[in-house]
Amino acid sequence: MKMKEKAHMDLKGRSLIEPADLNLKEMEELFVLADRIRKNPQGSGEVAKGYLMATLFFEPSTRTRLSFEAAMLRLGGQVIGFSEQGSSSVAKGETLGDTVRTVSCYADIVVMRHPKEGSAKVAWQELQIPLINGGDGGHHHPTQTLTDLYTIHCEVKKKGRLILGVCGDLKFGRTVHSLLKVISLYPQVEIVLISPPELKTPEYITKHILEARGVPYREVESLEENLPQLDILYMTRVQRERFFNEADYLRLKDSYILNREKMSKGKKELVVLHPLPRVNEIAKEVDLDPRALYFKQAKYGMYIRMALIMALLGLERKEEHDDCR
Amino acid sequence: MIVDSINNGIVIDHLTKGKGLEVLSLLKLGNVDYPVALIMNAHSNKYGKKDLVKIENMMDVDLTVLGLLDPRATVVYIRQGTVAEKKNLCLPEKVIGAIQCKNPRCITTVEKDIPQTFLLVDRKNRCYRCEYCDDLKILKGDGLDG
Repeated sequence: MKMKEKAHMDLKGRSLIEPADLNLKEMEELFVLADRIRKNPQGSGEVAKGYLMATLFFEPSTRTRLSFEAAMLRLGGQVIGFSEQGSSSVAKGETLGDTVRTVSCYADIVVMRHPKEGSAKVAWQELQIPLINGGDGGHHHPTQTLTDLYTIHCEVKKKGRLILGVCGDLKFGRTVHSLLKVISLYPQVEIVLISPPELKTPEYITKHILEARGVPYREVESLEENLPQLDILYMTRVQRERFFNEADYLRLKDSYILNREKMSKGKKELVVLHPLPRVNEIAKEVDLDPRALYFKQAKYGMYIRMALIMALLGLERKEEHDDCR
Repeated sequence: MIVDSINNGIVIDHLTKGKGLEVLSLLKLGNVDYPVALIMNAHSNKYGKKDLVKIENMMDVDLTVLGLLDPRATVVYIRQGTVAEKKNLCLPEKVIGAIQCKNPRCITTVEKDIPQTFLLVDRKNRCYRCEYCDDLKILKGDGLDG
């Protein structure tokens, strides 16, 4: 039997600037929609026909931009945009506000990445159409968070208390900040923050989010000592572009390298995630380990972005349901 | 020392000792042509010493900025020689345009015409958060400097 599956009318016309813009129920609904898309990708081919997405990338990105573009094209929509600041009028001195306002005259939905923190909020204040923050400096990256949580939703089978370890650059790593903000809303989560002292998690996360929500957490330096307790290990790279001083970057870049030897100390059910791109924090040999899920995570990212685009545009998809026969 | 009472205007009372000069500077009272009196180190039953500013013929004052500068101060509005209204100051919940975000990665450092907006997150520790980049700013002492 054919039925129309309605996307989230609650989300229609809304924007995603930071992870907290979605509550847990809304995220779970997106996961359900993404599950359906993933299980029957052909059912979405015409959903966004006639819709245009603008991808405004003021900072280089391969994965996020291509993931969004692939998501929109797979939904049957079209994409315009630029992939570096030099290609935009900002290079001529135009304000960010004016740029996004102009683009909103052409497109139905905007995805933006910008190197400055808080830029997505500024853009949102100028827009009348949905905006998705594709990363604003070291601040938020909410669709990576959706990707991370969706991967956990699909791949982590353990019930009850989960111990999440996040490792690497916890100071500038926006994916970590966004993930911690949301995962701390889930009950029964314990967090281990693994970083060198110079790259510790900012206080606005530890004091004002984790402590304020009563989430058990500890800040440690050793990956090896803490790996055996973890259910999920979230690795991040030390981000060269966030440093003002090259010497500091070179000193810290190899702080943590996950290799086969360290993996041998992890649980059998451990799930290793990474927002990618990696530099050298995960050795290539780890890719063969079935617990290494970072490339699968990238694919999940496309499905959850398809679901998000559908929800924000209020699109419906025709789907054949076995259980509705 | 005798300072005339004012007929219409504002008295900023109970200022922390030493804050009076900052208030004059903040409210740009150095070049006005109406009477302004600054009393420093006046006796206070409650605080021991206090500063006090009297401004004749001015009824409009930015309470947000004053609250940030010295949350213990009191603003007294005088109309026709009598006290018309008294307001106790406190740290404002939202501050627009009075605090500068010092995070070099914040969009407010490059984008023109964005009002610098800070939200109070911890009253006890005088801690504010930039509405755009979430950077925290703890106001030291009783001043506006972070």
